[in-house]
Amino acid sequence: MDELDRRIVNALQGGFPVCERPFAAAAEGLGIDEATLLARLAALRAEGVLSRFGPLWKAEGLGGAVTLAAMAVPTERFEAVAALVNAHPEVAHNYERDHRLNMWFVLATESAAAIAVTIRAIEAETGLAVLNMPREAEYHVGLRLEA
Amino acid sequence: MSASGWRPERMDEADRRIVAATQDGLPLVPRPYHAVAAAAGLTPEEVMARMHRLLAEGAIRRIGAVPNHYALGYRFNGMAVWEVAEERVDALGARIAALGLSSHCYRRPRHPPDWPYNLFTMVHGRTREEALHWVETIAVVLGEAVRAREVLFSSRILKKTGLRLVG
Repeated sequence: MDELDRRIVNALQGGFPVCERPFAAAAEGLGIDEATLLARLAALRAEGVLSRFGPLWKAEGLGGAVTLAAMAVPTERFEAVAALVNAHPEVAHNYERDHRLNMWFVLATESAAAIAVTIRAIEAETGLAVLNMPREAEYHVGLRLEA
Repeated sequence: MSASGWRPERMDEADRRIVAATQDGLPLVPRPYHAVAAAAGLTPEEVMARMHRLLAEGAIRRIGAVPNHYALGYRFNGMAVWEVAEERVDALGARIAALGLSSHCYRRPRHPPDWPYNLFTMVHGRTREEALHWVETIAVVLGEAVRAREVLFSSRILKKTGLRLVG
């Protein structure tokens, strides 16, 4: 990443315009041309600096449901349980965390009812309790990661 | 709770086609909304009008670059969780979000006695110290409202496929 890449990442984490030539408009604000911005964004995406470029949709808008779930997994069973949990396509993210509740995963399903079904299946397969922690309120944040 | 009055049921079939056409991102071409329109079977003008509306309603959180935390060097991703009085959590959550230090700020249900926490904030640092500094900054704002707290750092990504919402 060079200085221009950093400026692009820092400037474009939100507020990208909706108009006929949005990259041209955004490029103008950065003092570069449209073709340069497009090439830089394609490279940043290909290198994995950006995981995506575009609209961030609220999952609930699609009639789907999302929740955060946690389990306390005995250390000696951790890998086996991770494999069982990850095998569910509804599991979008799964992280190991340094806590007694050491496995935290995000479930995304097509309906609210499917969340409960998936949690019951994981509990049955693993013999472990799953704590379901759906969002009850969301507070607007505007964090931009400095590149 | 969202600041806007947006409700999922307000999205219609055409909105959903726009979601399907953009969930992997915008095409990196000079007229991306024209490309989305072609994929969604709508006119470019309709796509743009709908996206303006969906942004205003909050169905779209924002449009732009989504950096990979790790690629930018933010390897220390801490989930800081707080137990605060139920009647104060919304006001405090709004104040914490306004600090701009946390990438997510949510109220979630407690599971006492094991898990008493109801306010969740994510902090990111290039060092553990940097992430913990943001936690302490949040702690100062929450003040005596905090009854208990913890920070859970992620030690390993076990799965990350990204949320696929339709299609």
